[in-house]
Amino acid sequence: MLGIVRGRVARGGVNASMTVRDALNSALDEEMSADPKVFVMGEEVGEYQGAYKISKGLLEKYGPERVVDTPITEAIDHIINSAAKSNYMSAGQISVPIVFRGPNGAAAGVGAQHSQCYAAWFGACPGLKVLAPYSSEDARGLLKAAIRDPDPVVFLENELLYGESFPVSAEVLDSSFCLPIGKAKIEREGKDVTITAFSKMVGYALKAAEILAKEGISAEVINLRSIRPLDRSSINASVRKTNRLITVEEGFPQHGVGAEICACVVEESFEYLDAPVERIAGADVPMPYAANLEREWPSHRVQHSFVYTNVKVERSKITFLLF
Amino acid sequence: MTAAATKIIQPLPLNFTNTTARSPDKALFHPLKTTPSSSFPASTHKLRLTKPNSTLARRRSTAVFAVSDVVQEKKPKSNTFHPNLLITKEEGLELYEDMILGRSFEDMCAQMYYRGKMFGFVHLYNGQEAVSTGFIKLLKNEDCIVSTYRDHVHALSKGVPARAVMSELFGKTTGCCRGQGGSMHMFSKEHNVLGGFAFIGEGIPVATGAAFTSKYRREVLKEGDCDHVTLAFFGDGTCNNGQFFECLNMAALWKLPIVFVVENNLWAIGMSHLRATSDPEIWKKGPAFGMPGVHVDGMDVLKVREVAKEAISRARRGEGPTLVECETYRFRGHSLADPDELRDPSEKAHYAARDPITALKKYMVENNLASEAELKAIEKKIDEVVEEAVEFADSSPHPGRSQLLENVFADPRGFGIGPDGKYRCEDPKFTEGTAHV
Repeated sequence: MLGIVRGRVARGGVNASMTVRDALNSALDEEMSADPKVFVMGEEVGEYQGAYKISKGLLEKYGPERVVDTPITEAIDHIINSAAKSNYMSAGQISVPIVFRGPNGAAAGVGAQHSQCYAAWFGACPGLKVLAPYSSEDARGLLKAAIRDPDPVVFLENELLYGESFPVSAEVLDSSFCLPIGKAKIEREGKDVTITAFSKMVGYALKAAEILAKEGISAEVINLRSIRPLDRSSINASVRKTNRLITVEEGFPQHGVGAEICACVVEESFEYLDAPVERIAGADVPMPYAANLEREWPSHRVQHSFVYTNVKVERSKITFLLF
Repeated sequence: MTAAATKIIQPLPLNFTNTTARSPDKALFHPLKTTPSSSFPASTHKLRLTKPNSTLARRRSTAVFAVSDVVQEKKPKSNTFHPNLLITKEEGLELYEDMILGRSFEDMCAQMYYRGKMFGFVHLYNGQEAVSTGFIKLLKNEDCIVSTYRDHVHALSKGVPARAVMSELFGKTTGCCRGQGGSMHMFSKEHNVLGGFAFIGEGIPVATGAAFTSKYRREVLKEGDCDHVTLAFFGDGTCNNGQFFECLNMAALWKLPIVFVVENNLWAIGMSHLRATSDPEIWKKGPAFGMPGVHVDGMDVLKVREVAKEAISRARRGEGPTLVECETYRFRGHSLADPDELRDPSEKAHYAARDPITALKKYMVENNLASEAELKAIEKKIDEVVEEAVEFADSSPHPGRSQLLENVFADPRGFGIGPDGKYRCEDPKFTEGTAHV
């Protein structure tokens, strides 16, 4: 079922658009409708219609037995120690078909404890699948794939993306639409530099690519979609084409997703690199509250990179500005 | 030291509480100050508190009878059928065999560990057999159990073959988890053993989820006959952990078919329960969340069984969860690496005198349910089973290298796409451990 995008000729002409919120909501609705064993459980998912309104309307449609409001109960322990490991510890006897979904990373002004990006932490755990959608198409396809998947999936959304609208084709709107887990998407083709990003950062990478295009630099933007398993094959193929790589992420730089991508490219495509891999990440500090500092937080590294890259402009031939 | 059996007379009303408890004060246990119960369960001794204490004031008096009282009233009349005894001969033999299996198996584990056949963390259950046997022997195959790292005997009582458990402990591929789980992670889909968890309190939410599944299947998927019950076993230390309280709350809130079984053996490694807990009477935590809390003598398999019967049928009838505190004791240290220096030898002696196996044997012989010879035959049979399990485990192969990458995912495409653009798991060399991950 995974990886099979049921083909349907997209009807030309009619191109709808959909917010990420609606995409997630419709994916949940369709999967719950198709399989009575699928249910939603969490804080505020029912009567409150979802803390971010993602599960709006589901309680009314499916009832309180399938949309279960829970008391407060929060812990990362079970994701890492039971969900990820039970299938292995039991040698395949006890599988854990569960999706842990919710907002990840920074929103606006929510402070240090509500702003961390956990992609790298979860991405380090064997036994988990970790997805990070960007557009509505990603949100629909990946959430459906996650729900149908028999293993634990951590589905990292982004609060600021919920309200953003993206064009969706008829194929995406079809209830059998599904995206494969473990495949990245080339959002924009290019030949001079590869930029990898996931979640909200894909938007910024695309904007950066636009700016670069005006300078005559053609950037290839890869939307990772899947943090674990990482689509090493697509990343390497792209780097072998462009010979330069910049990784962009929202999270902390040390031991981040960019570090992993850098390592795998160095391992597999070392001879193809014309310049060292550049990592762009959030500042190595907890997220500040003050609005101006919060704005500086991701660009702190970017400015640093900008200066750094400028110094090496001879070699890398890239000017780079995200903000 | 206080203990009294509870006989739950009728379906427990909400907020039913047992009125007896262990030591009234926070002082360390002094077994010599209390009257040990000399025989089982026909004893007329009801151990009382050494001094009255306001924390034990009976706020709600509910009828509580010692099982011994009920038994004592009626004397056995003949050698065969005893309508007034708590068990039939067949049941008695089943219970005895199960406890002997648990004890012999664990003793063999200790031997094997010191011979280097078993390794890592091994936690033995000696002394607590009455709880496992008393509860699990009442379950159907479809009922689930979830346990802690002290899970060998729970798995055995549930029906996992001794040879499968022993192989697992030896790390062999014929183990119940193919050698991938180990001592602390016994799983069996066939027997509905949902683990074996190392983290304190970790199994309780898993058990709560299993109970939720049972309810979901009955009410949403309309499987009307799904009345499966789940038992969660855990210790006294766990009862101070947050997950425990969260699950008590949810189980009572949603009336889940679960029984929370506390194996209170007074010690969490080297931390005495009385030093760690503001109110050491764990059964009281049940009514705080809206479920009955019951305290039972966990060294007496028949008492445990009586309480278990009621708690399990309550759950099966859809009346919700029960918290059962079993006062028990582990004869060995926390694990085989524990020198067990902190526990008072007189405390150990006190509980050794209440060995559940000896007690059941005495009961069966005194009530003419079985002869010494029959019981000896069982012991011999079990010895052979355990020996055979060791031989089987010894001669079983170690897992092949290819097994390393197996069973990480139910859908192995989770390993992602390889350099050739195809899913890694489609590479025939992948599970030989030769493919790059």
